[in-house]
Amino acid sequence: MSMSLAAEEIAHVGEFAITNAMVNAWIAVALFVVIGFVASRRKSLVPKGVHNTIEATVEFLLSEVQKVTVDRERAEKFLPLVGTIFLFVLVLNWMGLLPGTGSIGVYEMHHGVKTLVPLFRPASSDLNMTLAIAVVAIFSTHLFGIFRLGAIDHISKFLNFKGIIKSIKKGPMAIVIAFIEFGVGLIEIVSEVSKTVSLSLRLFGNVFAGEILLTVMIGLFAYFLPIPFIFLEILVGAIQATVFAMLTLAFLTVATEPHGHDDHEEDHAHNSPEHAHA
Amino acid sequence: MTPEFAKALAMAVGGLGPAIAIGLIGMNAMASIGRNPEAAGKIFVPMLLGMAFAEAIAIYALVVTFTM
Repeated sequence: MSMSLAAEEIAHVGEFAITNAMVNAWIAVALFVVIGFVASRRKSLVPKGVHNTIEATVEFLLSEVQKVTVDRERAEKFLPLVGTIFLFVLVLNWMGLLPGTGSIGVYEMHHGVKTLVPLFRPASSDLNMTLAIAVVAIFSTHLFGIFRLGAIDHISKFLNFKGIIKSIKKGPMAIVIAFIEFGVGLIEIVSEVSKTVSLSLRLFGNVFAGEILLTVMIGLFAYFLPIPFIFLEILVGAIQATVFAMLTLAFLTVATEPHGHDDHEEDHAHNSPEHAHA
Repeated sequence: MTPEFAKALAMAVGGLGPAIAIGLIGMNAMASIGRNPEAAGKIFVPMLLGMAFAEAIAIYALVVTFTM
């Protein structure tokens, strides 16, 4: 038994192919819709039972986000995105470890070989899924950057014409430095692309490699040898969800911070009373 | 050299550097937590970020092996 790199198609709706990874993702989405529905149906002011758990989770996530962003205002702005990514990726990773994922399926003939096409597949072991989350994450860092700093300031992080214009007054040395900074800005554009690539491939690589590891281990010595590796995969699932969310949060925090050291310190001094107030 | 061997070599050599880097980051994080256990919460996030950036190099190797 071997896993194919791409998610297998299990059904078609017209031209649109439904893959087994999509089934898992939809189950996770349905779960969150149910949780959201339950969470919005709170009657009492003091939370009880399920509501208490949901509230505690959100509060915990908010406090973790605030550790990175420092100020409360930005933490509350970033929490919906970062928290969603964390919980969604966590549920996807752990759902992939449930019995039945990758083992329940239909036998089909592929290139003359009878192969098992599983009905469920960990959604984060499909590169389309992780790439979609990564693109949303990186795109929103730019949106937050534009809304917080203004379009001109945000774009001048990458195409620093503003720095060159400013440096003309300061003399030849400043102009040379401004041109070097312009070059650094161009490299930043490349790093934005590589951020997306590394974010998506990190999650995909870890989950996919984990699936293959478990498959190989169950092939070596069935039922007992995979047990410690399943514990490892539970850990990896949680770590990768944390890493994905934390990196998104770090990119968001960096994108909403003004450029340059002088501005940064000014901003910090500006923020601390706000922080104390919150 | 077969394509399979080239893929294996690319991943093995590409994983070597990041492995050392992640080991060093983890080692120093553990050492600093040992010195100042109260700072564990503060060290955790930068450690994770550092590890993620080191791991990105291994991911580039992974991309190369996929495209080979």
